[in-house]
Amino acid sequence: MPIDSQPPPAGDWDRIAESEEFKDLMAAKARFIVPATVAFVVYYFALPVLVGYAPELMKTPVIGPVNVAYLFALSQFFFAWFIAWLYMRAAAKFDAMADKTLTQLQARKDAERS
Amino acid sequence: MSTPLIMFLAFIAITLAITYWAARRSSGATAYFAAGRRITGWQNGIAVAGDYMSAASFLGIAGIIAFQGYDGFMFSVGWLVAYLTVLLIVAEPLRNAGKYTMADVLAYRLRPRPVRAMAALSTLTVGTFYMIAQMIGAGTLVALLLKGSGIDYSRAVVLVGMLMVCYVVFGGMLATTWVQIVKAILLMMGTILLSVLVMAHFGFSFAAFFDAIAHVKDGGKVVNFLNPGLRYKPPYGALDLISLGLALVLGTAGNPHILVRFYTVPDARTARVSVAWAMAIVGTFYIMTTFLGFGAATIVGKEFIARNGGTNMSAPLLAQRLGGDIFFAFISSIAFATILAVVAGLTISASTCFAHDFWENVIHHGKPQDPRTSVRVARLTAFAVGAIAIALAIGLSNFNVAFLVGLAFAVAASANLPVIVLSIYWRRFTTEGAVAGLATGLLSSLALIVVSPSIMGIDAPTVAHAARHLIQMKPLFPLENPGIVSIPLGFAGAFIGTLMSRVDAHAEHKFTEMEVRVNTGLGSEKASAH
Repeated sequence: MPIDSQPPPAGDWDRIAESEEFKDLMAAKARFIVPATVAFVVYYFALPVLVGYAPELMKTPVIGPVNVAYLFALSQFFFAWFIAWLYMRAAAKFDAMADKTLTQLQARKDAERS
Repeated sequence: MSTPLIMFLAFIAITLAITYWAARRSSGATAYFAAGRRITGWQNGIAVAGDYMSAASFLGIAGIIAFQGYDGFMFSVGWLVAYLTVLLIVAEPLRNAGKYTMADVLAYRLRPRPVRAMAALSTLTVGTFYMIAQMIGAGTLVALLLKGSGIDYSRAVVLVGMLMVCYVVFGGMLATTWVQIVKAILLMMGTILLSVLVMAHFGFSFAAFFDAIAHVKDGGKVVNFLNPGLRYKPPYGALDLISLGLALVLGTAGNPHILVRFYTVPDARTARVSVAWAMAIVGTFYIMTTFLGFGAATIVGKEFIARNGGTNMSAPLLAQRLGGDIFFAFISSIAFATILAVVAGLTISASTCFAHDFWENVIHHGKPQDPRTSVRVARLTAFAVGAIAIALAIGLSNFNVAFLVGLAFAVAASANLPVIVLSIYWRRFTTEGAVAGLATGLLSSLALIVVSPSIMGIDAPTVAHAARHLIQMKPLFPLENPGIVSIPLGFAGAFIGTLMSRVDAHAEHKFTEMEVRVNTGLGSEKASAH
């Protein structure tokens, strides 16, 4: 993206904010980030809640002496990595949409000028 | 000269060489405060990991697991999952909206002087808690390792303080970054090696390893260290666990010294890539705390650790048992390196905050200052921060370092996180709301820590002087970690402050600008041309 480091003209902010491309970008981000955040918060807090309030369940051995508590804690790492991986994939699309928002603005300005 | 001493000196020499190299390259404010924004994604990812995996992670978690089993592993889990908050909610908006500090995001659309003054106060408070923990770790470690060499706890603390000031004063953010990168690589190597040795001790049999963990001899009894509940016991254990979880998961994204790292990269996309790298490294490390902590519990045993330096020394003592004195020296040097790198990160974030938020913007009303003067103010601050941290660490030598850092996270999560999130995502948010949120979060978390069982308690007359509670009375608040109360209070302060203040048309208009800037990168700070 050829964006120079000068601050853009003040009117540009509102023009971008009202453009369809930007609204699509914001909607797409919300569609990913809100459920992803809810998912990791619920999955994560299930651990201290269960450890705290259902200790007997968590002490149940699964593989030899390895119990539910340890396996659930370990699974948190893989779950966090998984969510991060999903986000990195989704974010590539957000980047393309953000670039499109800015090129469209430039195109509209060029059209007005000619 | 003894081997440990040679290893220490070698690491110190390497870091000073990095500082010398960085000092010759960096000039100007962006170079000093943000390494010219020219750090790449993977470099910054490793540096974030190096900034994050502190004495608390390496010494502290291993110690809690060695003494209280599974419950200590909850720190490991929370500290990784916390990066999802950073990745999904904070890192990219912060990079696009700000320049050098966390407060830049708040000041973007709110009145700069009050929000910067409050944010600076909170940044310095969090930094101080965190720093004390690191210095205590360094002091005990060096005192144990160099026993008989004339370097005791206090001298070790002074040494760490002087080194960190040196890195920051001369090398700025560039030297700090590379010290953190070198340290992260060393720490990962050391941890992998130690984990392999633990498994070798059990004949590379996970069955034998976990069987030993399930039968740890503790006093006269056999205890299953895989079971939760050894630290967090009824009636308040469950709430304390949730409270700790909240503080860890929300605190990382409110930790100024982590947040400033995202200003060292060219753009928000690189900031995102660096979080992904950090998650890979940090997660792998925290999984390996299984070997460090349970290894120390099963192979060394807590009686021995308690007699030789206490909980914080579990990992180095494990190294000594498995690999002899040379390996002990190697692991201790890595722990020392770990501490130096984190302390340097804390110092630069504190001094940047003071110079940029307080000196430039509060005292001088944001009028452009000579960047050379700003850098000089930051360097002077680094001296002051070093001196204060040394004094406090010498006074408070007996706390578990992971626990102390947990408190720093609680303050960060209660004071900083609510206002960062609301200023990015809530159009109506006002200056009054930000100041109220920062103030309630900060004061409530500090007050609750003071009246908690960590500070208050009645000790039997037989308890040694150094291990006694600071205030000899019954605790007024039952939880060790205040997060579950103080984080909602921080949010409530911000909400109520906002709703009680008038609608700020300027702030709402700037919200549109900020939203566009945050989501497209338009107008954000660029890398310096070099």
